[in-house]
This record gives sequence, structure tokens and C-alpha cells, in this order.
Amino acid sequence: MSWVVEVEGLVKRYGRKTAVDGVSFRIAPGEVFGLLGPNGAGKTTIVQILAGLRQRGSGQVSVLGRDPAKPRRAWRDRIGVVPQSTNDHADWRVGELVGLFGRFFADPLPVSEALAQVGLADEHDQLVRKLSGGQRRRLDVAIGVVGRPELLFLDEPTTGFDPEARREFWRFVRELSGRGTAILLTTHYLDEAEQLADRVCVLDRGVIRQLATPAELGAHRDDAVVSWTGPAGPEQVRTDDVNAVLRGLVDRFGWQVQDLQVRRLSLEERYLDLIGRSS
Amino acid sequence: MTTAVPSSVGMGVARAAGEIRAFARNVPALVFNVALPIVLMLMFGTLFSGTVGDTGVPMHDVVVSGVVASAIMSAAFGGMAFGISMDFSDGTFTRLSATPFTLSSYFVAKIVFVLALAVAQVAAVLVVTVLVFGFVLPGDPARWLTFGWVFALGIVATALLGVLVGSLASDGRSAGGVIQFPFIVLQFISGVYFVFTGLPNWLQYVGAVFPLKWMAQGMRSALLPDALAVAEPAGSWERGTVAIVLSCWAVGGFVLGSAVLRAKIRRAFS
Repeated sequence: MSWVVEVEGLVKRYGRKTAVDGVSFRIAPGEVFGLLGPNGAGKTTIVQILAGLRQRGSGQVSVLGRDPAKPRRAWRDRIGVVPQSTNDHADWRVGELVGLFGRFFADPLPVSEALAQVGLADEHDQLVRKLSGGQRRRLDVAIGVVGRPELLFLDEPTTGFDPEARREFWRFVRELSGRGTAILLTTHYLDEAEQLADRVCVLDRGVIRQLATPAELGAHRDDAVVSWTGPAGPEQVRTDDVNAVLRGLVDRFGWQVQDLQVRRLSLEERYLDLIGRSS
Repeated sequence: MTTAVPSSVGMGVARAAGEIRAFARNVPALVFNVALPIVLMLMFGTLFSGTVGDTGVPMHDVVVSGVVASAIMSAAFGGMAFGISMDFSDGTFTRLSATPFTLSSYFVAKIVFVLALAVAQVAAVLVVTVLVFGFVLPGDPARWLTFGWVFALGIVATALLGVLVGSLASDGRSAGGVIQFPFIVLQFISGVYFVFTGLPNWLQYVGAVFPLKWMAQGMRSALLPDALAVAEPAGSWERGTVAIVLSCWAVGGFVLGSAVLRAKIRRAFS
């Protein structure tokens, strides 16, 4: 199998601060790979290194078979980058800007198609600075996909989206990945990672806490919660062994356990657990 | 896929066309860049009436030539410096770098942009001056040849200076002051709005270090009667010196500008 992205022991320091500290992962063709983590976890630094926009400190990196530290035009032709939100090109018109970026690629999408994909078909003649935050973000995505990339970097793509726009965007990402585009997505929205990513890499302070499918995320810990109401009010325990806890409860209260609930930790609880910030 | 990617020049020209359209939409910038020099020219040209000494050349004609030179510098130096500092601070440069758009395309775009801006500004100044001051444009092709090379050398020298200053300015939003302040001072010590030899001696020496003084002198030599040459510091047009000084600025600007820009790019991507 040839991997779209291979990262081995990646390290990046800014002065004395270590932003990325020995990160390794691989991304398969057509896979949606989520980088999840709090601010300052190193997500954007990793994206910039893989997209050939930042030099790495040490480690091995291969993106579409090449070292991104020595980017070539033919290589850039195969990737798309949606950087974090900026306010550039404010005096351009939407269609004009997407059309220009299309011209940089060997086989671009027609402007109307790129705009339609992100739901901006009606904004073709609009000035960029008149777009709403969410529309501006969708324009960034249109610019990122106009060159029909094999690998797309999405750095916090849904900032400023309302819930409906976010759902619409998720549909678009699934479509794109269905057509074989590999996607590296950074986000701090858990639901986004859960909805989109085939695998999620949880980063914290430059270190991978876990790399798993969304369903498996944090699964190795005490991830069941048993709660009930005892004489002193509501109580709960986290456990790996639900049966043992239930037996203990029956021993204490007989078969009349008040408000008994057994549930799995939510994704959010498991995630906060992983990055060492309990809810 | 190995389809050929588009040419660097083609991408640069396409981008320049967009930059020009976007610039034309930014009305405050347009007024500042194109209308302000004309308003200043009308003000100073009206303020200083009469002729220069006994040369018979109207004062406002001297102002016209100076403003043509300063319009070139405003477009090339200001356009380049402001453009580069903004592109780095607002994410434009990174966005472009993430695509097959090359650094040479970037410069093609910037050159075409400042060239178009300079042509538009100079044309606007000349049209207004003919209409308002009844300025008579020279008919001699040799003078237009002089006009041509002073224009070209002036653009190259001040644009490269713009690359240097634009690369030094760390933040595009505050760059306006860093770029405009020295340029405005320079206009007053370079004989743009009045006769250069009217300045105190020491100020003439300061002015003569910078390219604008020589661009204005070159433009006077192209647009105004030879009778005026006696009012120049050397009593002649010194066209050779104009060419040498501007070329030196071009070479120096290229060496320093490209070094500083390269360092800026390295920093941005390190």
C-alpha cells in the first residue's frame, strides 16, 4: 500500500518551545484523518510542515511520495491547502479570486463548479469583504479544492459556520473523500472529528495521546459510568467492570437501586480525559 | 497526473490583472494614490506663479515635471513596498505559496501592477496639466526617448527600494506610515514642488543622495525647454549623472532588497 502521508518522529521547535515532539502517523489514499487537540497542541504546525509551508526540525516526512521541505510545482499541483482564516484579498470578487487560483493548476475545476460545491454559487460577483464569516471560510475551501487535489489540508475549516452550514460542509467533505481525495483535517470540534474522520489523532502539547477511530477513542480507560442515587444523594463511579459495580450496589441496596444508570463516557468526556482535562 | 502546469509569466500577468481590478475598487487608496499628487500639483502650481528666474519657464511647469517623477516613485516604491508588506501580513503570500504559483510569478505580477499604476498616474498628471495649466508637451522624439529611460530607470530603482522597505516593514497595517513618511519628506527635498536650487545648500546635498531628485531632474530635461538647465545645480541637465545615480540605486536596491526579502521568506516559512 502506498501511503499519501508518512510522518515518522516529527519534531519542531520554535526557540525553546517544542511545538511538535516526536509525532508519527500515516494517511491512506481517500482517508479522512483528523488532528484533534486544544489550541497550541501543534496541529497547525504539522499541517504547515506537511504542506511545505514550514521547515521541520527533525524526523522523516513524505507527502505524495516527496519531501515537502523541497516543494516542486508538480507536487503543489496535487495538493490543496485551506489555511486558518485570514482576511486577504478583501477587494477581490469571489469568482475572480477562485478563477485566478484555478489558473495556477494544470487541471482546475470550472469556477462555477468549485463555487457550487461549497454553496457559494450565488456569490460569484460578490466582493470578498462583504461575505459573512462562514461564507469567507467556504471561499477558502473553494480555493483549496479548485485544483482537484489528491490531498487536501483543512485547518479548522468550519470556524464561523452556523450548525446548518457545518452539516452542509460535512456532506461536502464526505463527497470529496468518496471521490478518493485524502483529507487531513484539524479541528477542535469533537463532533466534527467524530462525523468526518476515519481515524482521529489526539494531540496535546506536541505529543500524540491516542490515534484511533472515533468509536475507539479513549476506549482503553475506565469508560463506563454507573450512577445512582444513594442515601447521601447522587453518586457515580467510572469503571472497566460494570458487573462488579452492579453487584456491589445490589449488595448495598438490594434490588431497589434508585435512578440507576449505566452509560459509556461521551466522546467529549473521553477526549478531555485523554488530554488530561477532566470535565 | 503530469499535465504541464501553467507558465510563470502567464500566472503573474493573470494575478496582476486581478490586483489592478481590486486596487481600482479600493476607492480611498485610489484617491490617495492618483488624486492626491494631482491636487498637490494644482495647489503648488497655482501657489508659485511667475517664471523661474529669467528663463521664461513658468513655475508650474517645474512643478509638473517634479510631480511626474514623484508619481512614478509613488507607484513603484509605494506600490511595491505596501504590496509586499501587506501580502506577508494578511496571509496572501502564504496562500499563494501553497499553490503552484511561483516566486517569479509573484514578481511578474508586482512589476506589471506597479507599471500599470505608474502609467496611469503619469498619464493622469499630464492630462490634467495640459488641460489646466495649458502645458505644452514636447514634440521632439529625442525628448520622449529621455522621458522613456528616466521613467524606466526611475521605476526600476524605486521599485527595488520598495522591495527593501516592504520586506523590512513587519506589519502591513502599520507599513503605511513607514512607507509614506520618508516619501513625503523626500518630495520636499528633491525639488518636486519647487525649484531644487531654491533649497538650502546642505539640504540639496541630502536630496541628491536619493533617486527622486535625479528622476525629477531627468523629467525636467525631458519635458522642459533647455533654457531652464541653468537653474539646475550644475547649470546643465546632467543626464549622464541621472542615469548613473539611478542605476546605482537599482543595483543597490536589487542586492539589498533580494537579500532582505529572502530572509523574510525564510523567516516566514521556518
